[in-house]
Amino acid sequence: MSHSHNKNEILSHELPATPLDPKTQAERDAKIQVAMIGLCGCWGCTLSFLDMDERLLGLLDKVAITRSSFTDVKRIPHRCTIGFVEGGVANSENIETLEEFRENCDIMISVGACAVWGGTPAMRNVVPLEECLIEAYVDSPTAVEGAKKVIPFHEDLPIITTKVKPLHEVVKIDYFIPGCPPDGDAIIKVLDDFVNGRGFDLPSEMNRYD
Amino acid sequence: MSTEVQSVLSCYSSDKTRLMDMLWDVQNQQGYISDKAITQLADGLKMSSDDVRETLTFYHFFLDKPFGKHQVYLCNTVIAKMNGYHEVREALEQEIGCTFNRVDDSGLFGLGDANCIGLSDQEPAMMVDHVVFTRLTPAKVKDIIGQLKQGKSADEIANPDEILNTKQDYVEAIVDANLRTESRVLFKPNRDYKSILQKCLDTNIPEDVIEMITESNLRGRGGAGFPTGLKWKMGRKAEGAEKYVICNADEGEPGTFKDRVLLSHSPKDVLLGMIAAGYAIDSRNGIIYLRAEYWYLKDYLQQQIQDFRDDGLLGNKVLGKDFEFDIRIQMGAGAYVCGDETALIESCEGKRGTPRVKPPYPIQQGYLGMPTSVNNVETLACASRIIEKGAAWFSDMGTEDSTGTRLLSVSGDCEKPGIYEIEWGTTLNEVMTMIGAVDPRYVQISGPAGDSLSVEQDGEREFCYSDLSCNGSLMVFDHTRDILAIVRDYSEFFVEESCGICVPCRAGGVDLMHKMERIIAGRGTEQDLEEITTWSNLLKGTSRCGLGTAAPNPILATLDKFPEIYAEKLVVQKGPLLPSFDMDEALSAHELAVNNLMKEGE
Amino acid sequence: MSVRVTIDGQEIQARSGDNIIDVAAQNGVYIPSLCYVKGKPCLGTCRTCSVKVDGSVMAACTIPVREGMEIEVNDDAEIVDMRKALVELLFSEGNHNCPSCEKSGRCELQATGYEVDMMVSRFPYRFTPRVVDHASKTVFLQRDRCIFCQRCVDMVRDERTGKKIFSIKGRGTHSSIEIDAELANEMTPQQVRHASDLCPVGCIIDKTQGYDDPIGQRKFEIKSIKDRALEKEHR
Repeated sequence: MSHSHNKNEILSHELPATPLDPKTQAERDAKIQVAMIGLCGCWGCTLSFLDMDERLLGLLDKVAITRSSFTDVKRIPHRCTIGFVEGGVANSENIETLEEFRENCDIMISVGACAVWGGTPAMRNVVPLEECLIEAYVDSPTAVEGAKKVIPFHEDLPIITTKVKPLHEVVKIDYFIPGCPPDGDAIIKVLDDFVNGRGFDLPSEMNRYD
Repeated sequence: MSTEVQSVLSCYSSDKTRLMDMLWDVQNQQGYISDKAITQLADGLKMSSDDVRETLTFYHFFLDKPFGKHQVYLCNTVIAKMNGYHEVREALEQEIGCTFNRVDDSGLFGLGDANCIGLSDQEPAMMVDHVVFTRLTPAKVKDIIGQLKQGKSADEIANPDEILNTKQDYVEAIVDANLRTESRVLFKPNRDYKSILQKCLDTNIPEDVIEMITESNLRGRGGAGFPTGLKWKMGRKAEGAEKYVICNADEGEPGTFKDRVLLSHSPKDVLLGMIAAGYAIDSRNGIIYLRAEYWYLKDYLQQQIQDFRDDGLLGNKVLGKDFEFDIRIQMGAGAYVCGDETALIESCEGKRGTPRVKPPYPIQQGYLGMPTSVNNVETLACASRIIEKGAAWFSDMGTEDSTGTRLLSVSGDCEKPGIYEIEWGTTLNEVMTMIGAVDPRYVQISGPAGDSLSVEQDGEREFCYSDLSCNGSLMVFDHTRDILAIVRDYSEFFVEESCGICVPCRAGGVDLMHKMERIIAGRGTEQDLEEITTWSNLLKGTSRCGLGTAAPNPILATLDKFPEIYAEKLVVQKGPLLPSFDMDEALSAHELAVNNLMKEGE
Repeated sequence: MSVRVTIDGQEIQARSGDNIIDVAAQNGVYIPSLCYVKGKPCLGTCRTCSVKVDGSVMAACTIPVREGMEIEVNDDAEIVDMRKALVELLFSEGNHNCPSCEKSGRCELQATGYEVDMMVSRFPYRFTPRVVDHASKTVFLQRDRCIFCQRCVDMVRDERTGKKIFSIKGRGTHSSIEIDAELANEMTPQQVRHASDLCPVGCIIDKTQGYDDPIGQRKFEIKSIKDRALEKEHR
């Protein structure tokens, strides 16, 4: 699924860029590529990713962070070893992004309640989508009085999914870090373990659902 | 307080263990059990209203809202679906003028589903009020509904000759017995019950009766095959101010109907077996737990009990001996799980039919906390023959570990569905020939909770406790039948009938059903099959009662016997999206909702 | 009378008649449970205390120890995974949104999830709509979280009449927890606290109290459910 876009628009990742010097590029390419994307969530888990803080510095000789809250790169430039995903699947754009990310990640990890089981956005799952739309756009308490009620639906807009889905019900997910959000401690623990070849192990004292 | 409810309360001395009877009495008088009636019952029984509702809402046939003057329940089993169920369903909706689970505008009819109502040999069948109609066709439906609309009662339509409902002919007028074999042990006509019991009591102390049953090697016919003699021995030894004998006539296992025929053709065999059990374990009270689906047998059975009382076989001094025994009928109200003996006991005590934690077992602490021997209808009928003819006569029949005979309720793809009495040791192939099975491929024995057989692989296996330990239900399916659809239906049955008290059965059963649906939809992978097996083991291992442990049986057994039909349906994942993820479904609701809302907006 | 049993190969002495959960705890082995309350009749509803007894799976709270019993709690990978699966089943069956739950940090289901190392449920999340019951003045029922353990049904009664305050309506997947609002209104503050503490999840919520303990100082953060279960026994 790909949207054809207007020739007059330029997407940010298509902007002209100066290439990195070949030596730095080669060094970077040899490292373990790590990325993190966000789907339907609140970006809290992405902030927790940032909360790895200076502890990340110790890993940087082995790890290259591509698309993430650190870099603001919009697309992963090439295949990743480890992909973290925040947020659940709530619309067609989420599906498309997740699909592409999965195809380009060796290990994929769901981060946070929304990715793991749907989280707060999934609270709408107990209400039919039509009622949600009515609440949001027709009977909304914040609607402008007298204005025409419009329910957004257009080919340029993502289609909202019938239910919010956890990631592992859409694509294969290898590991899960629960929490709303999980602590930076949990994320660095998992990353450090992988980088140093220890495999996934989130001890129960670091496991939290809230 | 309404005098009706008041009189119901006093009829049972405001004894809350008789709540099932009170609910039935109120519903039979008022059509349903209103909030007001619930409050009155609760006050009278010193319970909270919700406590009364706990029992009421557990059972399929208790109604807390009006559900029409006539309550129509169409049986929706796999067997019904093979015999024209869908056409009959449509005809009912059309004639009554409403869809299922609704009441028609006039309030004359409530239309609902029922699981197996014990008529698999004459499906499609439905219950209307307390009688049944069998071998339905759209034309027959039209006729029946038309007559009801004209003001006739269901009973008048089913029994046009107005035969007294205490007569066997009444039962015969409503349903066919379909007895297909000559009597060996059961269905012996013209027995002289009085002299059989007289002789038994004259010549045997209770221990002798237990010894006789033990020697006969009679085992429980409900399916588990527990030695009856041993159960009675334990019952005799168990200490209690009172002891009880309960006849389990709650045959809810889809496909079985042998107890219906035993109770209508040899009811006194069963009563005599109960008296023998009472004598053996020193009990004064017998209870027949009769499923609500067999309401049309109630008055007839009551008459049989009365006959025994009149002849001195029941009462304060049974045949003049220092032995007191009487029997009452406890009506069920539609809950398969009550086939579990502890759930049945809970129900007899006026509660939800929730299986108890075991131990203790009923034989130690059962009904009202007292030692209770719960026996199957057929077991008791066999016992009555053993005390007449002796242990050796009985154990000469059958095999070493399975003595005597076994009643089979046969349905499905065969020329002669009905009741067959086979000697234990008979092979599956022999049964297939006997019943005139047409091109049989798959046989489900003991109902969905039992085992799935492939006629090709299992044809020479024998019916006996060490091999095909069948509880009497035998459903035959030929090569044209969709086995996966049948298995899915069975999974749904267990979901619908789960009492819900334990996690694996309540929650896991649903997930197993969804897995089956995923496979059928062509979205299952090899991994789904692996998970089906692991999840099945979870249910089998951790469920609280036999319902949960048996729920995965149809899936596991057909997976074992017919792996190819599952393999054909499996897919391999292509691309990053899981095959189980349904993109169309995921993206369909938005546009649909927008279109709906636009339409309304116009 | 004393009997000898083994737990994970370790031979121990136990008092005949004690159930496996208690005996295990007395010997430092934690078996999770979401329905069992020590000293109360066993409910046997949650099954998360499943262990193997002489090779067969049984709910530990329902089984009194017998001489010679061989009990496997943690030595058998299959039974460890079964307990985990049962906890996971509860998380996918109900709507357990820990971030928005007042009971978080004090919730036995959540704490047990941590003990069995659950990160996610292997079962599809179901999102069944369940209605909140606000009718009583003292408590409300957040039915999303009910796990049908039956503790409240069996152990909370109206103090004056002995009537049930909580009850179950319907059967199987159609079940719901109900509250008799009139009787609930008569509950003393102590009884309300008792009922909401008894609830292993955040279904029975005391209307007068909420979010009292800050994150990091909540019940199971101070001491895990496992340590609490074992401590009680050693005391």
